[in-house]
Amino acid sequence: MPKLIKDGLIVDNTWTLIAKAEGDAAAVEVPAGQVLIPVAVWIAQKAQLQNRTDIGVWLDSDEGAESIGTDANRFAVIGVNFPLFMDGRAFSTARLLRERFGFTGELRALGNFMRDQLCYLRRCGVNAFAFANPEANLDEAVKSLTDLQEYYQASVDQPLPLFRRRA
Amino acid sequence: MYIYDEYDHSILRQRIAQFRGQTERFLAGELPPEQFLPLRLQNGLYVQRLAPMLRINVPYGMVNSAQLRKLAHIARHYDKGYCHVTTRQNIQYNWPDLTEVPDILAELAEVGMHGTQSSGNCIRNTTSDQFAGVAPDEIIDPRPYCEIIRQWSSFHPEFAFLPRKFKIAVTGSTQDRAAVQVHDIGLQVVFNDKGEVGFKVYVGGGLGRTPVIGVAIREFLPEEDLLSYLEAILRVYNLFGRRDNKYKARIKILVRALTPEVFAQKVEDEWQHLKDGYNKLTQSEIERAKGFFTAPAYETIDNAAAQASLDKQAADSVAFGKWLQRNVRQHKISGYASVTLSLKPTGVAPGDITDAQLEVIANLADKFSFGEARTTHEQNIVLADVKKTELFALWQECKTAGFATPNIGTITDIICCPGGDFCSLANAKSIPIAEAIQRQFEDLDYVYDLGDIDLNISGCMNACGHHHVGHIGILGVDKSGKEFYQVQLGGSASNDASLGDVLGPSFGADDMPAVIQKIVDVFVANRTAEELFIDTYRRIGAAPFKEKVYAKAN
Repeated sequence: MPKLIKDGLIVDNTWTLIAKAEGDAAAVEVPAGQVLIPVAVWIAQKAQLQNRTDIGVWLDSDEGAESIGTDANRFAVIGVNFPLFMDGRAFSTARLLRERFGFTGELRALGNFMRDQLCYLRRCGVNAFAFANPEANLDEAVKSLTDLQEYYQASVDQPLPLFRRRA
Repeated sequence: MYIYDEYDHSILRQRIAQFRGQTERFLAGELPPEQFLPLRLQNGLYVQRLAPMLRINVPYGMVNSAQLRKLAHIARHYDKGYCHVTTRQNIQYNWPDLTEVPDILAELAEVGMHGTQSSGNCIRNTTSDQFAGVAPDEIIDPRPYCEIIRQWSSFHPEFAFLPRKFKIAVTGSTQDRAAVQVHDIGLQVVFNDKGEVGFKVYVGGGLGRTPVIGVAIREFLPEEDLLSYLEAILRVYNLFGRRDNKYKARIKILVRALTPEVFAQKVEDEWQHLKDGYNKLTQSEIERAKGFFTAPAYETIDNAAAQASLDKQAADSVAFGKWLQRNVRQHKISGYASVTLSLKPTGVAPGDITDAQLEVIANLADKFSFGEARTTHEQNIVLADVKKTELFALWQECKTAGFATPNIGTITDIICCPGGDFCSLANAKSIPIAEAIQRQFEDLDYVYDLGDIDLNISGCMNACGHHHVGHIGILGVDKSGKEFYQVQLGGSASNDASLGDVLGPSFGADDMPAVIQKIVDVFVANRTAEELFIDTYRRIGAAPFKEKVYAKAN
């Protein structure tokens, strides 16, 4: 079973990632079991899928949080994908899912993010990390979650900016 | 100036420990070079033509004597005995050893300095007016807001992997000395008609390959909304800025593609969600920030007597008189003056400064200016608070140390990037061109007669030397492996910001002094008594300049 980091622990990844397919999202077959489906498939097949509790969705970097919007809390898991680690849109998308759409489930980074982004991702509300690279050393990576422990800004993990907390 | 408290220090210490670990992983082969790249850049470390280059932030140009001494120490012990003041008020070291960078950063942290976000696709050092807090034309001191922005932007978790770099400048004066209209965000501190403090917000300015003058997207942003509004701009940029082509990734391209109106609306929509959140500045935080920028213990000085004495000293010493005229500036407090130490003597790369000179400045700052100095985007150093009665003594010490070249604002006070001598991006050298032009204009009386001329040189189209906004701008270009120089005229970074027009085909390095001489000759032949170079150019246009410069020899 592949592993991922969730809430600071290394755990089994029980969700199957369904890649984006060419063609009509309505025609994509969604298998049984815990699956993370592209948001386009969710939108196209919402009527059939809405009673399933084992469905999660994932957003690619060019797909905004508003494409899930107020549906967010229907899902146990939402993924935000990094096609490249330099593509930082997921940082904003994660915050929007948490802060604007009130998502309380597992927010999972997917794809080619790197270990040294874990701390900022955590601050933006991401609490699970599934590296695309199967060689990633999760025991080492988990240490980077807490690279920084005091901050100036408000963010998901600390809604009060330092100026409201400074003694 | 702002003094770090235990929060600031602990945040910085975490960062240094983080970067030390990243460097160790890189050196051990555990962190691939392509992943280390953005991490080292965001700690100020470039890999340059000859060696790494380390860029240290000087927040909005403010530096104290302890920091200057530490910068001198770093230059002496980790580098080759000098460093460089950049066009964004920062300090660069050209020869550090990669393995020693974490140690350098740890030493700098002792005095509250760092290279955080001085490079990379993130929010860079906020820049400002070098005469902030002392300029007679200042409406509101911008530095407390700069500091608030510094804290908000430092280690911002959402905006560390932007489409491209992001620069913010703030001015609080009538006369813009911070070039706010050529920044990604330019803020002008203003009062509204109710007497409340806020900001006029410009967005989408910038130089580089595609120079653009910023557009005002908000005439008045209340001060308490500063951070939420910046966050809205940055979020719109982070989500919608182009990432497919690094040359089209700056916010200016997004603003132009959407139109400023649509961009402003997107920001407004985003801001509606954010404006009443915890980022809303409290009055106590604004007051706390202001508390670091209160007036120093100015003495009451008999200004008339001080001025009379200065006039006499100037009459006795022509050289002192010239220095007073060019390098000394009026101060808002009667009996005080602000002094610019020129880092542009002929034969020294513009903005370069040695370890010993940094220590001299530290001593001069302690002796004459409340222990503080400022770096300027024109690559000089300012002592902002000097008693008029001590100007003569300061001048004598400046002469000994090599800072008294009385050329501030003149054609030889050249803004110049490191260019092909150091920078791996450059297409051409820039420092030798600056020197050749300085040698062409060695007659100081003639230079004074020409008045204020901004001459800016960039060694490539990335425009670190701000050539687009020089009255005379020079751009190094590469033509089949040979270095050539394109000339632009009519740029300005001031309130009347404008981009220069390309004069015509480029010139070889050896021709440059004569070309600039011809341009100046056309100005001298056409100017009216009141006109500066830029005024004459705007009145008569490029044609007479082209005619003279490109005239066939007969």
